[in-house]
Amino acid sequence: MNGYNFAYLDEQTKRMIRRALLKAVAIPGHQVPFGSREMPLPYGWGTGGIQVTASILGRADVLKVIDQGADDTTNAVSIRRFFARTAGVATTTRTAEASVIQTRHRIPEVPLREDQIIVYQVPQPEPLSKLEPSRAETRRMHALAEYGLMHVKLYEDIARVGAVTISYDYPVMVNGRHLMSPSPIPAFDTPKMDGMAALQLFGAGREKRIYAIPPYTAVRPLDFEDHPFRLTRAPHACALCGAGDSYLDEVVTDDRGGRMFVCSDTDFCAARQPAGAA
Amino acid sequence: MAYVAVKGGERAIDAAHAWLAEDRRGDPAVPELATAQIAEQLGRAVDRVMAEGACYDPGLAALAIKQAQGDLIEAAFLLRAYRTTLPRFADTRPVETSAMAVRRRVSAVFKDMPGGQVLGPTYDYTHRLLDFALAEPGGAVAEAGTAPPGEPMPGVMDLLGQEGLIEPETGSDNRHMNVPGDLTREPLAFPAGRDVRLQALARGDEGFLLALGYSGQRGYGGAHPFVGELCVGEVAVEVEVPELGFVLDIGDITVTECQMVNQFRGSKQVPPQFTRGYGLCFGHSERKAMGMALVDRAMRAAELGEDVTAPAQTVEFVLSHCDNIEATGFVEHLKLPHYVDFQSELETIRRLRAGVEEPG
Amino acid sequence: MTLDRPGFADPAADAQSCFRAVLDAMSRPGTVVAAGAGLCSPAPLDPATAAVLLTLVDADTPLWLDPAASAAADWVAFHCGAPQAESIKAAAFACALAMPALSGLHPGTDLAPEASATLILQVPAMGRGTPFRLSGPGLRAPAMLRLEGLPDNFAAQWAANHALYPCGVDVVLCAGEQLCALPRSVRTEET
Repeated sequence: MNGYNFAYLDEQTKRMIRRALLKAVAIPGHQVPFGSREMPLPYGWGTGGIQVTASILGRADVLKVIDQGADDTTNAVSIRRFFARTAGVATTTRTAEASVIQTRHRIPEVPLREDQIIVYQVPQPEPLSKLEPSRAETRRMHALAEYGLMHVKLYEDIARVGAVTISYDYPVMVNGRHLMSPSPIPAFDTPKMDGMAALQLFGAGREKRIYAIPPYTAVRPLDFEDHPFRLTRAPHACALCGAGDSYLDEVVTDDRGGRMFVCSDTDFCAARQPAGAA
Repeated sequence: MAYVAVKGGERAIDAAHAWLAEDRRGDPAVPELATAQIAEQLGRAVDRVMAEGACYDPGLAALAIKQAQGDLIEAAFLLRAYRTTLPRFADTRPVETSAMAVRRRVSAVFKDMPGGQVLGPTYDYTHRLLDFALAEPGGAVAEAGTAPPGEPMPGVMDLLGQEGLIEPETGSDNRHMNVPGDLTREPLAFPAGRDVRLQALARGDEGFLLALGYSGQRGYGGAHPFVGELCVGEVAVEVEVPELGFVLDIGDITVTECQMVNQFRGSKQVPPQFTRGYGLCFGHSERKAMGMALVDRAMRAAELGEDVTAPAQTVEFVLSHCDNIEATGFVEHLKLPHYVDFQSELETIRRLRAGVEEPG
Repeated sequence: MTLDRPGFADPAADAQSCFRAVLDAMSRPGTVVAAGAGLCSPAPLDPATAAVLLTLVDADTPLWLDPAASAAADWVAFHCGAPQAESIKAAAFACALAMPALSGLHPGTDLAPEASATLILQVPAMGRGTPFRLSGPGLRAPAMLRLEGLPDNFAAQWAANHALYPCGVDVVLCAGEQLCALPRSVRTEET
């Protein structure tokens, strides 16, 4: 794009973000503050993920962008266009063809590979924020690995309703040391983070934090032995491809209680349908 | 470029943008607004957009206002996003507000003082009656105001300072030696110094500062403020060029400065004296500068040994929420699809309810 | 003088590709990756070492440059523009031809472990020399790394550095047109 640098950000900004990314990889799950820039998309639309993607993207990359698991949701379209315009990179909707996948709220169903990087858009990087609003205080808690507050919250859930009520953005312990927000992915996706072959990068633009999980790193949802972490998934098969193990969207089909359940991962679903059916 | 077409989303976005352009233009029978008209006739809007957009350029601010259909936060966002792409050539020297070419200057703490009270262009004593003459072309009659006075205007705070009644302003002599922080480069960290706090407030939302300042007046924080001096005028912006060995005047900007005087009971170390709250912003925006000065003083509570009990005194609370570009982004992002998370909430609630209805 | 040596031929693309090499190396400790190919580096710096400097170091990062590499100091100053660190402890990046004591570099703080230094260490060769067994994040199974030119007490120094976790120093090792990395999170054992 005329008048702007490759992938929009200037080189000095990219260096700053790249330095933050390397420190983030060296301390899995630790939030690294960075000099987040104002982007031409609003805060909340994925400015952190966009800055991370812009800092890692090269001409040989193939980019996939999903929102809610789908490539054709408006924000995914908008972000994909932004990079096609500012970096001229190839884009794809096929998970297997992508070298960089930017995502909001989902992890693709197909396991990612070592030669892929997944970039998560993060609205609220601080897993303790709902329990302790001061970031000065939560930073201290991370320094001391003082996570009792979160255990108490989970325990209170169990005592009150018999189960942990967190169904997305489920707090995880990374590398046995740092409590981390996995971003608002459904709890269904959380186990995919554990020991993933691909590098996982997280960008929170408004909150100005970057963090990372290197490949093959232990990522454990917080739970209790007698109340182990459990997945939440609609008990149906996909109406389009028949998958019985994918995360499903519930589509309201009429005003008389009609419902249809379809895969949230549109690429996964399309690949499972007979040719021409999609 | 292997661009892969996808369904619905792309067409919807294109259609939305086309509709937006039509909506922005309005009735084509009505002449289109020129940005010069906005810059000249909607000056207070331009000033607010420059202050919150953190970029002094009336022409671009006017363009942003036109592009945003007069949505001033959206316009400030356009200006901010443009600003971040600009290369940094140099840092300016601190602007010398004591050398301001004053258009308006009032003090509430003295009846008169050297240089006098200068009412200037103010709405303060207008009667808020709709002026129907303005609705007709040519109804806006411009009368020349009185020329600004030429006599020197020693600062009101300096007059108080001569008696030692107000705390000295620290650090002003060597400001150029202590490089102030810049939260556009380094993320906020707490505790935050006053330099960064003032920067955040100068970029902060006028409405937020107004409300917080007001809350202090009403008792949330126990403020006892007086307007020591409120000035609007032009100051020179100067850049030091080390290679050339001299200072370059790169032009004038309009600013509003407010020095708020506040009571302070004193402590074991410090005798009773007045303390300062400071506000400075781009353009003519008295509400913004005053709100800023009130909140600046409120945030000094801990430093002055006062109890920190109110929102306006809580530095992390104020600084984390005063930026309207951040705030509007996070509030408005709730419009984006969240159906994946909502689905997991649905399933959790169904499961919990099933557990309640069928124990075991 | 080494100023006649250019920096990256295509700054945006070359910095990106070198960064991805470092990112890959940091994500998979001990994995040797290519970097700096085609860069006409100033002696005594190898292309990989010079490329990492160009990619990560700038006016915002105080740099400590090994006096043994002073012949390249002008080049580094011109192309990176980094302020010279007052001491090795004050450096965000240290670039060395022989490993300085790791304990002499900034390990970060409990509140900001990311404020630690990164050591860019040029070694004579990779794939030869003392074997180390690596384990930790980034590695599915323990991996072997052979390095030449490390001090005899490297294993003990690294163990002390790793014990500071989440504080600690990260190391990027460069040789010729190759590099690998040891983030603080990795455990090493001499075998």
